[in-house]
Amino acid sequence: MIDLSTLTIKKAHDALLKGEYSAVELAESYLAEIEKKNKELNAYLEVFDDVREQAKRADVLIKAGKASMMTGIPIALKDNILVKGKRVGASSKILTGYVAPYEGLAIGNLREAGVVLLGRTNMDEFAMGSSTETSAFGPTRNPFDPSRVPGGSSGGAATAVGAGLALAALGTDTGGSVRQPAAFCNTVGFKPTYGTISRNGIIAMGSSLDIIGPITKTVEDNEILFNAIAGRDPMDSTSIDLGASNLKLKTSNLVVGVPRSFLEMKGIDADVLANFNESIKKLQARGYTIKDIELPTIPYSLAVYYIIMFAELSTNLSRFDGVKYGFHKDADSLLHDYMETRAEGFGREAKRRLLLGAYVLSSGYYDAYYRKAISVRTLIEREFAEAFKSVDLIATPTTPTPAFKIGEKTKDPLSMYLADIFTVPANIGAIPALSIPSGFVEREGKRLPLGFQLMAGYGQDQLLFDAGKTFEG
Amino acid sequence: MITAEEIEKLATLARLSLSPEEKERMRGEVDSILEYVATIQKVSAGAGKRTPSIVAQRNVMREDTNPHESGIHTEALVSSAPKREGDYIKVKKIL
Repeated sequence: MIDLSTLTIKKAHDALLKGEYSAVELAESYLAEIEKKNKELNAYLEVFDDVREQAKRADVLIKAGKASMMTGIPIALKDNILVKGKRVGASSKILTGYVAPYEGLAIGNLREAGVVLLGRTNMDEFAMGSSTETSAFGPTRNPFDPSRVPGGSSGGAATAVGAGLALAALGTDTGGSVRQPAAFCNTVGFKPTYGTISRNGIIAMGSSLDIIGPITKTVEDNEILFNAIAGRDPMDSTSIDLGASNLKLKTSNLVVGVPRSFLEMKGIDADVLANFNESIKKLQARGYTIKDIELPTIPYSLAVYYIIMFAELSTNLSRFDGVKYGFHKDADSLLHDYMETRAEGFGREAKRRLLLGAYVLSSGYYDAYYRKAISVRTLIEREFAEAFKSVDLIATPTTPTPAFKIGEKTKDPLSMYLADIFTVPANIGAIPALSIPSGFVEREGKRLPLGFQLMAGYGQDQLLFDAGKTFEG
Repeated sequence: MITAEEIEKLATLARLSLSPEEKERMRGEVDSILEYVATIQKVSAGAGKRTPSIVAQRNVMREDTNPHESGIHTEALVSSAPKREGDYIKVKKIL
């Protein structure tokens, strides 16, 4: 029996090379766990039918001495990441039956390295949500308390890693969709600098904000997975190579900024704040200097985020019309085919955001909402750049509360949006941010995990891995 | 409060047909969200207009050369469509 509970990518890699077990045995251990627990948790929408074949190919690579870090490592994918020849659907009815005709560089590189793709995991429909409740396939349940949400939108991916149904996973983060569920499921979630991983082969939500992010058990694993998928891709003109900016990284006398007035706002849970203060003390004990900072425009990030995201997603989702892919509903004319297909194919949150996207882009409101949001966004980018002249990292809690109950926020969309208050600024600023498990709080006799978030300046991703490992150690 | 007519107009722009109940519910929800996002009006962003953003500041072009062999992707793409006729995607008449 392989002990999955303490397994990491690093340990599995060493064991595979030493021949302690094969990639097939490792994959079968995970398939057995999925079989046991997925019914209750609803983390996976589909377990791929060729897992054993993928693992066999990994074993061949290992025997031939051609293994790299990701060879034979079983990972889960969020249901908006394309794998050529596999079903993919963004947890939406409108993509019923859709099979990916291509895949992007991240998945291509992993497949070439002999990774084992276990399956696709549940998410909020088209990544629209913070709880995985807007999925057309029912909510995913939090592994620490099944009556609570796992966070979202990459809730299935975070649950899979947190519950031991995958060694690692890839999600996507547009406003916190990797970090927030990672925090709720006691896992490490990373949102890299915008553009460091190609967006080709992911189903778009907000194109100027979207990025793939790894969900893992340790910071070291996260760094391994990130390095396996990062890099410029000619198929994504916004993608970049980090190489150069990471050469001149600071390694000593690091200063951590704490935006006190932002994080002590109304709505933050007292236990979350206490846990955050403990995390800060821990960093201080490990040689970091702590400094209070002011970020006056950052609290507007959430409002800016929602306007930009509504605009971009309503544009991106216009391609789903019942003609080119997936679900189709017939009506009396082409226009009504579109309208009926979309009415039945999209869920409630999608429809709400499509209306709001049409609103912020319509003549008469465009200047007041969209154009204004774009100009505030550049102010926020500048405020971050200015702040990172006097500090190396900025710390906040990942979320204002621990995991909430299923159904608790679905009737009030605005309260759901506020769950992203601390994660959204990094997306608006295009900067990297890492959520690391920071302990537990007790609610109704259940231990619920919390996350500690560190942000770094544009392109300073490596600084976060270094600090994260210090924090964990 | 946003009117039922405005919701109707937005739904048409978004190519969505909504039931009367949905329209009524959307009115309240859209209103409270718009009220929240309108808080950005409080930010004086005059200076922001002149600073280019880190992301998406320019269009990247490539030479229109080396086309792939004609037809090699047709089957994969057309088979995604709900309705086809041979190598064409079938739609209702437009005019």
